[in-house]
Amino acid sequence: MSTLDVSRQWPLYEVFVRARGGLDHKHVGSLHAADARMAIDHARDLYTRRLEGVSIWVVASKDITASDPSETESLFEPARDKIYRHPTFYEIPDEVKTL
Amino acid sequence: MYTQALDMQGTEGAGPDEAALEQHFLARVDAEEKIEPKDWMPARYRNTLIRQISQHAHSEIVGMLPEANWITRAPTLKRKAILIAKVQDEGGHGAYLYSAAETLGVSRDQLIDQLLSGKAKYSSIFNYPTPTWADVGAIGWLVDGAAIMNQIPLCRCSYGPYARAMVRICREESFHQRQGYDLMMQLAGGTPQQKRMAQEALDRWWWPALMMFGPSDANSTHSGESQRWKIKRFSNDELRQKFVDFTVPQAKFLDLAVPDPLLRWDVDRQHYEFGPIDWNEFDQVLKGDGPCNAERLAARRDAHAAGAWVRDAASAHAEKRRLRRADLAA
Repeated sequence: MSTLDVSRQWPLYEVFVRARGGLDHKHVGSLHAADARMAIDHARDLYTRRLEGVSIWVVASKDITASDPSETESLFEPARDKIYRHPTFYEIPDEVKTL
Repeated sequence: MYTQALDMQGTEGAGPDEAALEQHFLARVDAEEKIEPKDWMPARYRNTLIRQISQHAHSEIVGMLPEANWITRAPTLKRKAILIAKVQDEGGHGAYLYSAAETLGVSRDQLIDQLLSGKAKYSSIFNYPTPTWADVGAIGWLVDGAAIMNQIPLCRCSYGPYARAMVRICREESFHQRQGYDLMMQLAGGTPQQKRMAQEALDRWWWPALMMFGPSDANSTHSGESQRWKIKRFSNDELRQKFVDFTVPQAKFLDLAVPDPLLRWDVDRQHYEFGPIDWNEFDQVLKGDGPCNAERLAARRDAHAAGAWVRDAASAHAEKRRLRRADLAA
């Protein structure tokens, strides 16, 4: 079996599906397609065979910029000690209503 | 996004950093955290996953063949629609799994190439023939049943993309098993000839289904590390026992006989005892000498070759549209 021409491999797309009107599109997986339009068609067949969605987004995987796992701490740790950003940080007397 | 910049990671240069990274990795696995594509992972973990996920994907794709064989001859329109949906699902499962394997830095074309060249393995069960309609029922009931038993623990496996693909797959597999049992109920409750067909299909698929759980624990080469890494949660023999315990009562309900003279309920163990498995047969089929190995691979190669012009046309069309858009933008 000859090795396939790698340059002809279709690009990878990430697929996002909106399950119902009013919900966000959620990442469900990825697939290969010749172009974005075909990616939508394939995503319909691959990810919505059982009424899983009412809308599909596809994004070429190469166009996604992701945060680096090695920077997880520096990116997200600073939020840990800022508990005053949550409403539960403040104790309000019971007599005070609707606050 | 997953397949970028992965080639450099996890190469086995056991420096001092490597040991620390592996410690951290194992601690995360122990804490039931999911490992994601861009996270550091030992090269052996990566390679084990590539091998397992791609074999799994190939099995789904080759698994379309024994049943697709019956689509045009399904006895009713309802059964035909069900069978088409099931075979389409198997293709979908293959696609989810190839995508999961690709997150580890292997390309789809490499994977397809490995399958078509005969280098890659796939589940030995799909090298058995489907001579009658009842085999379609037996496959759904037993083969998909055994697959579910294997796959449910994989939904909790430590590698995120594999676990997520398995969640989707298991949700769909349940339909496969139930439609198969439904088909068997109909045959077993039908004419004497239909019941005999059902019995013969059970006779054909029982032992190959038990072999689907892989070699006995004593002879399983990959088990130890896979369990340590939480890729594998239960041993082959544990899962096989569970399958027998679940399935024997289902056969009884159909009033069909499980083809094992040594099968008996062990009151003390609260499990079924079953006879020895013919591991020679398993090895033969795995090595390529099963009843349909050559036929299955030939069918895949033919399909790939026959679809080449479609892929080429789609690529050409996409390129034409891209150029047209570029023209408009200029």
